[in-house]
Amino acid sequence: MHELSIAMSIVEMAEEESGQRGGARVSAVHLKLGALAGVVKAALLSSYEMACEGTVLQGSRLVIEELPVVAHCPKCLEPRTLDSPQWFICPECKSPISEIVQGRELQVFALELQE
Amino acid sequence: MIPQTRLVEVRQNVLKQNDIVARELRQRFHDAGVCVVSLVSSPGSGKTAFLEKTLTMMRPNYHVAALVGDLATDNDAARLARSRAPVRQITTGTLCHLEAAMVRTALVGWELDQLDFLFIENVGNLVCPASYDVGEDLRLVLLSVTEGEDKPLKYPTIFNTSDLAVLTKMDLAEAVEFDIAAAHSNIQRVRPGMPVLRVSSKSGAGMDEWLQFLASARKSRLGHSTVEQAF
Repeated sequence: MHELSIAMSIVEMAEEESGQRGGARVSAVHLKLGALAGVVKAALLSSYEMACEGTVLQGSRLVIEELPVVAHCPKCLEPRTLDSPQWFICPECKSPISEIVQGRELQVFALELQE
Repeated sequence: MIPQTRLVEVRQNVLKQNDIVARELRQRFHDAGVCVVSLVSSPGSGKTAFLEKTLTMMRPNYHVAALVGDLATDNDAARLARSRAPVRQITTGTLCHLEAAMVRTALVGWELDQLDFLFIENVGNLVCPASYDVGEDLRLVLLSVTEGEDKPLKYPTIFNTSDLAVLTKMDLAEAVEFDIAAAHSNIQRVRPGMPVLRVSSKSGAGMDEWLQFLASARKSRLGHSTVEQAF
C-alpha cells in the first residue's frame, strides 16, 4: 500500500503550485492514472482525503482520469488500445504487442484554484 | 465577491523526485561501469537464497556487492554476508518498497568503480516496487513454483516492468504439480518476449545459465558505455 505516500506527493505538488499563485485555495486536482501505474484508484481516493487535512487542499476533490494501456502494434503499425493490462495482444490482429505508448501515467494534469 | 474557479495546467509526474534521483544513479552506475540488477518478488519466493547462491558463485570471477531492502530486521543481510561479498541492509520501516533516494544513501562510501555487479534486493512485494525506478539496468522478477501459475496475471504491472523472469524452487515443481507451460504462457501474456529462466538455488540447477545471462548483459552494457582501454 503506497497510495498514501503518493497522495502526500500530490498534495505537496499542489501546495507548491498554489503557493506560487499567492496561496489560492485548491478546490480540485486532476490526475491522469494509467492502468500500469501500479496505483489503486479507490485506495488513492481515500488516502487523498487524509493527506489533504490541514492543508490548502482540505475539502478538495481528486478527479482521476483512468487511462487504458495503448501499445503500438508491430503488424498493424497502429497504436491500439488493449482490452486488458493482463493481455498484451493486439485487439485487431491478435499479435503480441509490447511497445507501450500510454498506461504508465501518474501525472498531476491540472488544478482548480479559487481566486 | 464570489470566488472564481480557474483551471491551471500543471502536467507534473507525481514521482518526478524519485525519477530524477533514479536518473542520477543510472548515470553514476554507467560512469562507474557497474551493472546493476534489481530483484523483485512476493515475500518468500526465494530472493535471498537465489542471491546468496549468485553472489557465492560469482565471487571468484567478479567484484560483486548487494543492497537488501526489508521492512525490519537485518536477517537477509546476515545471510547474504555468508557469501563474503559486501552487503548492506536498507531497513524501510513501514515503507513497502525501495526508493531511489534510499539506494543513494545506502551507497555512501562504496567505490562503485571497483564493482562489476551490484544487486539490489527489493522488499518482498509485487505491487509497490513496480512504480519506483531505482536506477537499475535490469529488473528481475522471481516467481517460485509454490506460488500460483497465474501470478503474472494478478500482478501484470510488475511483470510488465521487468526484463527477466526467474522461476525459482524448481526442485519442488513436481511435488507441488507446478504447471510450467501455464506459467510461461501467463508471463508471455503480460510481457511478450520476456526471457524466462528456471533455477533451483538449492540444487544449483539453472544457475550456470543465469550467470551466463548476467555476463552477456554486462558485456552488451559495457559495449554501449565505455571504450575498453588498450594497454
